[in-house]
Amino acid sequence: MFVPCDRGGGSAAPDFKGFTLLMPAVSVGNVGQLAIDLVISTLDMTKVGYFYTDCLVPMVGNNPYATAEENSTELSINAEVYSLPSKKLVVLQIRSPFIKNKYRPFCETLLSWVKSSKCARVVLLSSSHAYQRDDEQLLGTPLRYLLTPDLEKAVGGHMKELNWKEMERVAAYPGISDTEKVLHIPGGGITKLLFTESCSEGIQMAVLLKFCSEGDNIPDAFVLVNYLNEWLQLIKSEVSTSNNSTDPSSQWKIPSSWRLLFGNGLPPALF
Amino acid sequence: EVVVAPSRAGLDEEEEAREETPEDREIRREIEKKREIDVVWTWRPGGCAEEPLVCSRFIVAIGRNAAAFLSSFILDSVCWEVVGVVKLWNEWCRTSSTTNVLPTDSFCLFYRLITDPTVLLCQCSCYVAEDQQFQWLEKVFGSMQKKGLQVTILSTCPVADYKTQESTLTLVSPFLKALKTKEFQEQVCCPLLEQPNIVRDLPAA
Repeated sequence: MFVPCDRGGGSAAPDFKGFTLLMPAVSVGNVGQLAIDLVISTLDMTKVGYFYTDCLVPMVGNNPYATAEENSTELSINAEVYSLPSKKLVVLQIRSPFIKNKYRPFCETLLSWVKSSKCARVVLLSSSHAYQRDDEQLLGTPLRYLLTPDLEKAVGGHMKELNWKEMERVAAYPGISDTEKVLHIPGGGITKLLFTESCSEGIQMAVLLKFCSEGDNIPDAFVLVNYLNEWLQLIKSEVSTSNNSTDPSSQWKIPSSWRLLFGNGLPPALF
Repeated sequence: EVVVAPSRAGLDEEEEAREETPEDREIRREIEKKREIDVVWTWRPGGCAEEPLVCSRFIVAIGRNAAAFLSSFILDSVCWEVVGVVKLWNEWCRTSSTTNVLPTDSFCLFYRLITDPTVLLCQCSCYVAEDQQFQWLEKVFGSMQKKGLQVTILSTCPVADYKTQESTLTLVSPFLKALKTKEFQEQVCCPLLEQPNIVRDLPAA
């Protein structure tokens, strides 16, 4: 599945042992994917390979993180892997929707790659339909987290210190009071499947998600990536001197491919 | 009535809903079989199957416009011969099984240059669905010897899909853009496609 980039000089395939794999779920508002774009763009990560998979709609374009003429012509496809060894971080970006009936095959192949490359843990950025929140979820923070039992032991305490809210389980049959509680992540794409599979395979996985709706999801992406940063400390959140708050939003670099996200401007001939 | 807006992320809510029953699996397999792609090489004498096609240049025209371009300017019965056909079915089209096609038919044919049989051309005017694109790719390229192969893909997109700051009325005509791999060292005849524009589906595959 994973095809390393040919960096020339006969370099060996990259080693992800002990790394954290950060990846998005293709979910409502594409928030996870937008947040990953911010991470790759801000940390100026190097592409180390791609996934050769029949599970995603094919797409190709030129470098979405181009900053100048010189680096704008590297081709980019639907599932690519970037790495930052100094932070032991490897990032997977997914750029197109899943093909029907391919959720499960993708999850299985991905998790077996996670195991074979000996990644220490997986962090999945995702989102869920805001309109499906219950009364309690409508109040307070729209951010939630989930940890597989293996990761719970390692970092569960830290989440409590950060005052993070765990994703609530809902009744399997709403309205009937004594049914079992299950995990329900509407609009989350592969999130629930990947999480439940990781639980049963003993993989350390964390899910960070935000409740949101379709629309301009750039602000949601910033909120989610800042949430991630509270834990992983990927960038320093500088204290702003003007209002003495720690708001790292301005330190994330928006990639050049986010231009014209909602189409072209109005043609003057219209008026 | 509250209408749920479809998600841009292309989410398939049914997928996460339930486990596959044996009946579901059976139905899914039947549909997959129906949607299977069949690549038939007509130049191979019957029986002889597995040696790969030696190919130095492969030109693929995807979509009716690109296919028509080849028909109008390149193909003729003197220099080119039909060597293969792709048979497929999906909700949008079924390819004709004959090689004597009309421009309005849905077809996917392979031609070979008679004076240089390593030059191959493909006219694919039928729509290849998302779940068939990878299969098309593997089956077509799987039959070829790919060393030293140069592939040129011709395709069209609506101008309305082109993202630009300037007005699309002032775009130069014909409006051509290209994408190339870093291995392609020759001169490209037009500017490269700049972000945020992308290509999807079979040309991308």
